[in-house]
Amino acid sequence: MISVELDKSYPNCRVLTGAKLEVAPGTVHALVGENGAGKSTLVKIVAGILPADRGTLTIGGANIPLASWDRRLARRAHVSIVQQHGAFAGSLSVVENAVLGAEPTKHGVLDLKPTATALAALGDKLGLAIDLWARVDRLSLGAAQRAEIVTALHVGAKLLILDEPTAVLAPVEVEGLLKMMKGLAQAGTTIVFVTHKLDEVRAAAHAVTVLRAGKTVATFERSEDTAAIARAMVGGELPGQSSIAEPGGDAKIALALRGVSVAGEGALASIDMEVRAGELVGVAGVDGNGQRELALAIAGLVAHTGTISLAGRDLSGRTPRERLAAGLAHVPEDRQHGGLVLDASIADNLTLGRADITGRFRIDRGAVAKFADARIAELDIRPASRDAIARSLSGGNQQKIVIGRELSRPNLAAVIAAQPTRGVDLGAVARIHGQLRAAAKGGAGVLVISADLDELLALCHRVVVMLRGKIVGERAGAALREQGARAALGEWMTGTRGAA
Amino acid sequence: MIASSRDPNREALAVAIALLASLAIGSALMLVAGKAPGHVWWLMVQRTLFTDAYSLGQVFYKATALVLTGLSVSIALDAGLFNIGGEGMVIAGVVACAVTGAALPQGTPSIIAIPLCIVVSAVAGAAIGALIGVMRVWRGAHEVITSIMLNAIVAGVALWIGNELLFQNGTTTGPPIAPGAELPQLGFGGSSANLSVVLALAAVVALWWLRSRTTWGQALLAVGRDPAAARATGISVGRVQIYAMIAAGALAGLAATNFVMGHKHAFEEGLGRGVGFLGISAALLGRMNPFGIVAASLLLGFLSSGGLAVAQEVPKELTEMLQGVVVLAVASAGPIARRYGKASS
Amino acid sequence: MIAALFTTAFLAQIVRIAVPYVFAALGGSLTERSGVIDLALEAKLLFGAFAAAAFSHASGSAAVGLIGGMAAGALTAAAQLGCALWLEADQVIVGVALNLLALGGTRFLLQVIYHEGANSPPAPAFGDAIASNPLVLGAVVAAILVPLAVKHTRWGLRLRAAGDRPDALVAVGVSPRRTRMYAALVGGALAGAGGAQLSLAVGGFSADMSSGRGYIALAMIILSGWRPAIAALACVGVAIAEALNILIQITHATIAGHRIPSELAPLLPYALTIIVLAIYNGRSRQPPASLGKL
Repeated sequence: MISVELDKSYPNCRVLTGAKLEVAPGTVHALVGENGAGKSTLVKIVAGILPADRGTLTIGGANIPLASWDRRLARRAHVSIVQQHGAFAGSLSVVENAVLGAEPTKHGVLDLKPTATALAALGDKLGLAIDLWARVDRLSLGAAQRAEIVTALHVGAKLLILDEPTAVLAPVEVEGLLKMMKGLAQAGTTIVFVTHKLDEVRAAAHAVTVLRAGKTVATFERSEDTAAIARAMVGGELPGQSSIAEPGGDAKIALALRGVSVAGEGALASIDMEVRAGELVGVAGVDGNGQRELALAIAGLVAHTGTISLAGRDLSGRTPRERLAAGLAHVPEDRQHGGLVLDASIADNLTLGRADITGRFRIDRGAVAKFADARIAELDIRPASRDAIARSLSGGNQQKIVIGRELSRPNLAAVIAAQPTRGVDLGAVARIHGQLRAAAKGGAGVLVISADLDELLALCHRVVVMLRGKIVGERAGAALREQGARAALGEWMTGTRGAA
Repeated sequence: MIASSRDPNREALAVAIALLASLAIGSALMLVAGKAPGHVWWLMVQRTLFTDAYSLGQVFYKATALVLTGLSVSIALDAGLFNIGGEGMVIAGVVACAVTGAALPQGTPSIIAIPLCIVVSAVAGAAIGALIGVMRVWRGAHEVITSIMLNAIVAGVALWIGNELLFQNGTTTGPPIAPGAELPQLGFGGSSANLSVVLALAAVVALWWLRSRTTWGQALLAVGRDPAAARATGISVGRVQIYAMIAAGALAGLAATNFVMGHKHAFEEGLGRGVGFLGISAALLGRMNPFGIVAASLLLGFLSSGGLAVAQEVPKELTEMLQGVVVLAVASAGPIARRYGKASS
Repeated sequence: MIAALFTTAFLAQIVRIAVPYVFAALGGSLTERSGVIDLALEAKLLFGAFAAAAFSHASGSAAVGLIGGMAAGALTAAAQLGCALWLEADQVIVGVALNLLALGGTRFLLQVIYHEGANSPPAPAFGDAIASNPLVLGAVVAAILVPLAVKHTRWGLRLRAAGDRPDALVAVGVSPRRTRMYAALVGGALAGAGGAQLSLAVGGFSADMSSGRGYIALAMIILSGWRPAIAALACVGVAIAEALNILIQITHATIAGHRIPSELAPLLPYALTIIVLAIYNGRSRQPPASLGKL
């Protein structure tokens, strides 16, 4: 039914290189891969939301010129996409959202009843309960998603794309959704769903395409062999060696978490964890399984229950400033909103909150200049001018600024680095890894959160896996270097292996 | 040390576009009034800057107050808050200053009277600023609405105080302040320009220094530009915002020294009105830079004084209108300059 | 004084005072619901009042004046949207700037056209009596129609979508910018009508006639949670407070023997607004999700 091959790049990275997808009509086709593999980008291009650089797109036999492809044309070609963060206007009701753009009126007044009846009937047929008249922002994410799916079908979608549909659903809702997908396919709709959860793939998909690093690496006709799929997702090469020695058994505990929970969406459920001084611990897992909350809780930027202690001192209830002063360094996940002040210079960003360099009140410009130049040289930040504005730097160089500021803190006891090399070019990645290793060698306990398993395997002494807010698996030391480690970690990440 | 976050070339471009647009619109307005623009502009410049010392002095008199209210708007904007409460802050300062000055014994030496009145002006303005800041940080009330409400409230209360306590013998003027609290005038053909200009310049230097050479300034600018980054490095965003509003209030309140201590030497109805709002123009035209604000204040002062100087030729309301045009032009020119800058880089 | 409260004259006074507020609040809520911050209500009232007086004076008909006032309001809105959406200037600044411009501009026009400093020459008016003033009926009709239109017409639905999720409109091929433009033009015309009431009720324009009503209207919009019907009701509340104040001054009423200060009584709406904002905690009722965003 559809056949795609696409290239897409952004200024600093290639997202898709010759990524291929072929879907037979009336089937449920799963598109799987790790974070950053390019799955979302691929389907967004098919749905007309993002433009492609070059490639081909064929729908129902007809060749589509990609240059002019957009959401309106996609809608007309009966292609609909339902994304994780829905596309409905929150203050409008489901019915109102459904009629937008083609509103039926009677004597000048909106006539919503016929549409409502049709939607309700369709919902019944599919076994999906939807609340037609409620404001979308009052619905649960699952209910809103159901509403979007029914609406898409109502306007005649023949190809329905679902981007990580089960991310926001409770287990019972997941079952219902999978059943619905199979039923729809039987009735003639083609479904492409993006996921990293292989148990769902096994339950519902007729065929699977695996993306890794922007390329299609494998396709499977049936979906039973999830182990093979997981291997294709994460790759089978041996991980590199971590070049610093593991801390001795008598090393003090640098960072300890006991029963730490964060409420709400993407919650953390009672995490227990320890990082020793000199140890590099990696937290693996697909985005959205509680990693962000973990970093924020440790940094004190989000409320949490349970205790967090730094070198034996209890940090619970302490403000971010106090935690930083106690010896914690935090490299935030989003460098552009939370890591850097983009409109400030490199020197300003390097010394933000660093009273130890600037002085308590009057800024010691000489000290700042010396410090900034030293960090710029150490990390090879380009352009090498301390007055350059952060906004004009590449992603990698921006990240180096954050690393430079955080890892140079005096009396560093622990580091929490969230996605430190996301969107960063290879050269910068090597530097950043070097800095993290140096911090560990200097006696700090380093916790690295990353969706990139390769990175953690190359960097860390020990890797734990998070899924749905809990730690579900761990590999350390020699067991981390053996052949099956990557596959095992991959299976924990995708939920195909039970918690250890 | 805080690098001017904005590309100075683009800033200059924005100001240039704004001034050109204002010049064009002003000229169009002059045509509407039936006069030749070139002639009117020339007269304005000639009379204000060269021939009439009084007009020139008035430029400084008005600019002094504008610098302070401009800084007031600017420091709040640095923290991400839009302060249009300048009117209320100035009037609060005026009332406090005049009442204190009048209450002092006649023989109070200047060494005591002047600093006391200055401090009182600042504190009165700061109180208004604190109220706006606290409402915003603790109750989420948008500062634009609360500022406007407070402007009206302060004006009303000031009038009431005037009528009840101060105005004498059916006038709208209060009792004179003690001679020790008076600020000497600068001459200029009998204009109202006075020594408070020193205070304004001191404020400019102080603000420049605080903003670019201290950790306080670093924190302030971080809060306004990226509150998330500020919070992550340990800065308390809410506290910084409240302090910024308090400082904004104090600066605007200080404008009272220009009006009460340097000119009228008493409380008068309507004293200081308009300068709070006009401070917004000064801040925007000066691109939120302390020295730019001085230049902008001089320009706006020139427009105001010049408008009076050519009041025979074109209605003085023209220059009043032009002040609004300038703000609009600057607000629109900024994004244009940024877009043009992006295209060429 | 208590007796005076229950006369028809007092009620008529409330209605008369409420009309400009109601028009401004209804007009402003349309603009804001469509996603554009509307601080320029004061300007629309002023320009509307001036244009109404000028057109009425020139044509000899108050009805023509009304049309002129509404047109002036719509034109102001067009300028506002032009700066905000095309030139991408900060929407708060644009609003305040337009208000400054209107204050100076109406005075300027007074000078240039009539060579007057403070008042325009007398113009045909609708007068004080409610029965003869079509704007009163207009306000009531608008207060009913506008909320209904927002909720039950195609135009209203698209307006709400533009303020909440402009992307949703783009996806179905509707231009959010155009939708916002229509909303602002209608909103501007309504606010202009409010301005027309100010000058056509008394038969002429006076400088600074709007006296901050536009800002109060905006405060009412925010307090009402951007719901036009409730905002209109809140404006009636403000009108009651103002009418009370006038009555107190006229009858020299006292509370327990103390004269109520004429300077302080009119401040009641302002003070109440602040108190309500403080208690109500501005966070609870959210503005339209895309308010202020392009």
